[in-house]
Order: sequence, then structure tokens, then C-alpha cells
Amino acid sequence: MNREAETTATDPHPDLTSPPSSAPAAAAVDQTRRALIGTAAGVTAAAVAPGLVLYSNANEAAPRTDPVSDVHRWGMLIDTDRCATGCTACVTACDRENGLNLQAKPLGDDQDKWQNQRATWIRKVRLQDNLTGRMTNLPLLCQHCENPPCVDVCPTGASFKRADGVVMVDRHTCIGCRYCMMACPYKARSFIHERVEQNLSRAPRGKGCVESCNLCAHRLDNGDISTACADACAHEGHHAIVFGDLKDPDGPLRQALAASPNRQIREDLRLNTGVRYAGI
Amino acid sequence: MKRIVYREWRVEPARYWGLIAILGAAIAIAGLAAIYMEHEGHWLTGMTNSVVWGTPHVFAVFLILSASGALNVASISSVFGKRFYKPLGRLSGLLAAALLVGGLLVLVADLGRPERLLVAMTTYNFTSIFAWNIFLYSGFLAITIGYLWTMADRKGEPFVERVGTVAFLWRLALTTGTGSIFGFLVGRSAYDTAILAPLFVVMSFAYGLAIYILVLLYSFAADGRPLGPAMLKRLKNLLGLFVAALLYFTLVYHLTKLYGTKNTDIETFILVSGGIYTLLFWGGWVLIGGLLPLAILYHPVRGNQREWITAACGLVIAGGLATMYVIIIGSQAFPLEIFPGQTIIEFGAPGDIGGAVAPYIPSLPELLLGLGGVAMALMITAVGIRVLQFLPESLADRDVDPHASVVRPA
Repeated sequence: MNREAETTATDPHPDLTSPPSSAPAAAAVDQTRRALIGTAAGVTAAAVAPGLVLYSNANEAAPRTDPVSDVHRWGMLIDTDRCATGCTACVTACDRENGLNLQAKPLGDDQDKWQNQRATWIRKVRLQDNLTGRMTNLPLLCQHCENPPCVDVCPTGASFKRADGVVMVDRHTCIGCRYCMMACPYKARSFIHERVEQNLSRAPRGKGCVESCNLCAHRLDNGDISTACADACAHEGHHAIVFGDLKDPDGPLRQALAASPNRQIREDLRLNTGVRYAGI
Repeated sequence: MKRIVYREWRVEPARYWGLIAILGAAIAIAGLAAIYMEHEGHWLTGMTNSVVWGTPHVFAVFLILSASGALNVASISSVFGKRFYKPLGRLSGLLAAALLVGGLLVLVADLGRPERLLVAMTTYNFTSIFAWNIFLYSGFLAITIGYLWTMADRKGEPFVERVGTVAFLWRLALTTGTGSIFGFLVGRSAYDTAILAPLFVVMSFAYGLAIYILVLLYSFAADGRPLGPAMLKRLKNLLGLFVAALLYFTLVYHLTKLYGTKNTDIETFILVSGGIYTLLFWGGWVLIGGLLPLAILYHPVRGNQREWITAACGLVIAGGLATMYVIIIGSQAFPLEIFPGQTIIEFGAPGDIGGAVAPYIPSLPELLLGLGGVAMALMITAVGIRVLQFLPESLADRDVDPHASVVRPA
């Protein structure tokens, strides 16, 4: 709709410069007058057009600056039976989407230590049941709790939950105290231990701040209801991750949740997580 | 009781400036270490996404606890009316403020974004005990300075009891708050218990008094001030009581944890199979910081000898640092119980830690930063007693105890 408006708005009477049907007679009468009108139209267009373009761009950006509402609560269902052994498509996709693949091991750091220091938003986890020996695969990420311990403990409020349920970090007020990392029961958060050389504008990163999965908030804010991990999983044909709105009773997520038994990780903590798992 | 006369510390200049130079160098090195860590990032520390708080926090929390403990000596006089302790009050206030400043500096220097301290002081989230602690710490400093004024100025004297009571209650709140930083962490097995708050209170009593006694003994010996055996006996007996209480709370903490089946793993880790953490628990927390000082302090002969009392105080401090290491780092090294009843076979990329004990080796910059906090506390104390009248001229028994010279009937 905005694009249509832009097209219309930046179309400043194109027929002004084309001759009207009675033009030959008038032209014969006064050529100077026509030239003057033409020049005036050109100048006006030159003066107004940038403003109109800016206006239309601002119009286009407007939805992203609107406050997020609580009409939706974004969440996920992860079907562990569909999560394939050895597949890390979700991790790779997340790394690319959020610039995590741009992180570089500082010169002199130990490789193993670096793996535990680099930022990781999603991990592939393989579990074995202590009694039965049954193996389970699952991706582990921020669980986007309704009552997030990381938000409770953050002294400055930098760790916060959006109205739509996405838990994330405001990198402008994070002081790097890491108390949220102490509080998170899922090891979902990462501290940026190194200097950052390369950044993506959609996922800015800075040394000394904490970060974690934000359910691809940049996509959501642009109206794209998807996450990189869910897309990648579907692309591989596994369809283990269903992303959607927990508040939409007819939406795919609620349908999937209703169709199979599922639970929260560390349900005993009663955090009411936005990410649920089937098959564990 | 004679009128108490306070005098500046009259240690000979060469010794004083030598001490200041050593402490200044330690602070400068710590500053450089902090700048180095801030500039390069925390990757060069031993800290990771598993062990997120490292050696600087061991020192910072120890110093903050000791700060509130050091103030107890003043409280005993002005809140509990034991006039015997009155001459000790000013040093108690100074030491409390100095230790707190030292601890807070370490804490701030270790932040990922220390330059955003202003954000922390202007933007608050009141569900965070950390945010409350910012008020508790700055309030403690302000109250302690006010308390020092009531102890040092005649105009302030009428308020000493009231300000002293506020300071005492405030220090209890402060250590409860510090303990709660850990006690409120529901996701970690070693924490998540309310007993951490009183445990931290009793730790502060012991560590603060141990540091106080050491500073008192050193400063008095350095410029030849008399310190009577009766005064020292009271202080060391009090220390013994605090150390015994610390051991008791330690026992209750572990019994509480052992009672719940879900905590068996963390208890086994700390008490039996945790390697360095088990060693530090039994060797540092219990033996060096508890049983040995108790044995010395209550020994009929050695318990009255200055060298042995000094050693006992040193042991309590060393044991205190070991205790902090076990509580802060050991509890993080132990894996989060994310999937009870399941064994984690793979967790992210190789090297990423989940379901296994996280490695942590303190780096030199971290250690230097922590020691710098200690040096800062001692520097403030040394300069304070040198330029202002904090130390009483004499703590000889006849000067502080009106009954010392009276022969009591058997």
C-alpha cells in the first residue's frame, strides 16, 4: 500500500509538460509563457520530489517504529522426533542471519575456550535418557519465558521482554554485568568477549554486552512471521520447528501444540516458556 | 575510663611512604590490568559463557562482605553500649568505607562496559536485587561517613547511637542483599536457597573482624602504641565466636541442600568429586578458614599470643577467599541441570560446555585486578589514619577498662 502511495505521490502531474489538445494555437501566440510554465513545473517538481520521497520512505518505515503490541505472543514448538541426528541447519542459518558467523577467534585464544566464549544463540543438543537409553535431538535456544529470570535480575532493565513475548537485550543500556547469564537456567545467553570487527545492521553486536536469540525480531518487525532456524529446518525437509503466535487459536503453532503432547524444559521453574518441546 | 585521645599514625616517614609506594604500585598495576581487559575484551580472562563471574568477583564480594563486617566493631560500642569498644569505633568506620570502595572498584572495573556506570546509576530495574544493592552500597558509604562524623566530632556525638543503629541495620541489609544476589538464582543448584543470606551475614562478621584485628595490630605495632592483652582477648574471642557461627551455617547450608534429593549431584560435586573445588571447600573453607583458626584462638596459651592471633586472622582471610572461590566459581563450574534424568551427549559445537564441569583457570589480569582492590582498601586506610585522628593513642588495658587495675575478689 505504501509503495502504491509512493508511486502516486511522486508522480507530479506528468501531463503538465505535455501539450494540451488546443496547444498549437496557444503556442503560436506565446512561446515564452509556455517555457516559463515548464520551468516552474520543473523547479517545483525538483523542490517537492525529495520531500515526497522522504515522506513516502518514512511512511514505509512507520510500522517498524510503532510500539510492539501484546496482540501476539511469539513462540515455537520443536518436535524432537523430527530433529535429525547430525543436522545443524538451524544453527548455521541462525549464525548467518544474526552475523554470528562473523565472529573471529582472537589471536592467541585457545580453540576450546573460544567455543565457550563465542556467542551462540542456538545449539544442537543430543540427550540420552538415563533409564531407557533413548536418544533425543533438539535445538536449545532462549526459551522466551513469560517470567524470565534474566529480566528480573538485570539491574538496568537492559534485559527486557517485549509486549509480544520476545526476550532480548537493549545493547544501549547493558553494562555487561552478566547477572542475566547467572540467572538463565538454559545457558541461552552469551557475553561478547572479544572486539567486534564485523557487524550486521540487523543484529548489531558490541564487545562487553550480553545477547541471545531474539526470535529474529528484525523479521517480525518487518511483518515477516518467520525465523531463520524454522525456515532452515523446513528447507531441509524436517519441519521440526513450528514458529508462530501462541495467542492465535487457529494459527499453525496452536494447532501443532494441540495436536501432540509437549512440555517446557525445566517446567518445575514455572517460567511459562514460549518455546515448547514435543517428544522429551 | 580515661579520656580517649586520638592521634594521627606516627609511623616513620620512610616506612609510611614505602607502604604507600607498594600499595600505589599494586593499584596502578590493577588499573593497567583493567584497561587491558576492557580494551581487548574478556576473552583473555578465564571467564567464559559458563563461568561468567571469575576471580575479580571473588575479591569484590569478599571485600564488600568484609566492609560491613569491619563496621561491627563500632556498632558493638554505639549500638550495644559496650564502652570498652568505643576507642575502636573510628578505625572500624574508616576500614568499612575503605573495604567497600576497594570491592566496588573491582566490581565496576570488571564490567563488560565499565564506562556505562552512569547508566547503572540512573536506570533502575527494581525487581533486581543488584539494583537494590547499588542503593545499599552507596547508602552504606554515606551512612558510614555520617557515622564517622558522629564519632569524631563533638557536635555529632549526641547522634552517635541513632546513626550507629541505622548503620548497623543498613549493614545487615547490605550483606543480606549481597547473599541474595546468589540466593535468588533459581536456575543454579548451588544457589537458590534463602540460607545464603544469613550465611553471608555471618561470613562478613568473621572476615571483617579478622581484617580489622590485623590492621589494628600492624598499625599499633608500627608506631609503638600500646595494645592491652584484655582488649586483644576480647577481639579474638569475638572472632572465634564468628568463625564458629560460620562453620555452623556452613553445616546447615549443606544439610539443607543434602535433604533435597535433587541437590545430591551438586553436593557430591562440592563435597566429594569436585577436584579443586572440593579441595578448596575442605582445605580452605573448613580447615584453613574454620577449624585451624578456632584451634588457635581457643588454645589456652597460643590463643593469647599476638603472633598466633595474627596467624589466625590471616587464616580466616585466606579461608574466606577460598570460600568465595567455591561459592562463586565452583557453583558456576557445576553444570546447569537443564535436562534432569538425561545425560547430555552433545552440546553445541565441540568445546561448548553443557552437562559437563566447565573449566576455569584464573588469568593474571583478573588476579591483579582483585589484588588491586585490596591494595586500594589498604591505601585509603593508611592515608586515613596518617592524616586524620582515627587511631587512639593507647589501647592499654588501664586506659580503656576502668576495672583493669582493680584487683577483683576471687
